[in-house]
Amino acid sequence: MPIETWLIFTMGIMLVGSIVALEIRDVLSAIIAIGIVGLAVSIAFLFLQAPDLAIVQFLFEIFALIILVRAFIGKKAHEDSLASNKTAAVVVGVVLLAILFLCLPIFRALPPFGEPLFITSAHYTKMATQETGAANLVASIILDYRAYDTLGEVTVLFAAILGALTVLRTSRRTQKGKESK
Amino acid sequence: MKDQQGMSIIVKTVTRVSVWLILLYGWYIILHGHLTPGGGFAGGVIIALAFLNVMLAYGKDFTVKWLNIQFLKDMEAASITLFLVMGLLGISFGGAFLANFLGKGKLFHLFSAGTIPLFNVIIGIKVAMSLFLVVWVLADIDSTKGGEL
Repeated sequence: MPIETWLIFTMGIMLVGSIVALEIRDVLSAIIAIGIVGLAVSIAFLFLQAPDLAIVQFLFEIFALIILVRAFIGKKAHEDSLASNKTAAVVVGVVLLAILFLCLPIFRALPPFGEPLFITSAHYTKMATQETGAANLVASIILDYRAYDTLGEVTVLFAAILGALTVLRTSRRTQKGKESK
Repeated sequence: MKDQQGMSIIVKTVTRVSVWLILLYGWYIILHGHLTPGGGFAGGVIIALAFLNVMLAYGKDFTVKWLNIQFLKDMEAASITLFLVMGLLGISFGGAFLANFLGKGKLFHLFSAGTIPLFNVIIGIKVAMSLFLVVWVLADIDSTKGGEL
């Protein structure tokens, strides 16, 4: 079977999982549906022959599931439903359809799936092992050719943990202050 | 008092053995990042999950005492600083920011590919510390009365 069929199959699973996660009332079921979406993304990466990305996606999915279960189990879900405002939903739908319609020519202009298009990527795949000496092409790209990207990712992570520590610790301190009063 | 935190003795005994194996696997993934699929990000998450495993099995207080949170914070800040320092060393030795200034070595050897394994180790430490600190902050919030978000 061609790879597109499998991708469309996993994409269908992702779509169903996302809709279930949005619409279902039970929090645990919603979290499990999100997990299904994440694991389907991981499998899609495997089909696209990106094992590095698949491993990272799989592990982060487990990590996110643990955090979500830890944070949300035993708490009441928000009851405000998305479909309450019907006119807004219709307007958003029409706008999205219009954007899709306007984008159709671009989809036609795209090259076929997996076609070698980018000259830089061709250079990477041809020369990476000679130029960097790394057997894993992905490592040579993310840590040598595009180390700036990695620096950016690490900075994002740093900012995230800094924000989390600051905000969450502060809220706890104010809570304690209120209790002592 | 300490025994009442965490899960049952079966889980604790299994965790005592398995956590070292998980840590070893994480380091294997990090150190072989330039040879096999994986690398700093994946290995870092595995290490963070090993710590999370300890936290789930033994409870928060034991883990905080075992791991020394201040040391984790210092490691986290030090690793990103080290990343920048490595980039600046690239300017002085390789001619460009983040340049690969070490020797290439032999293909498929553990000590090859210049600075790539070093960057992998730095990123692995960074990711592991960051993710575990997020979990620790969340657990800390949950345990205080009314401290929910």
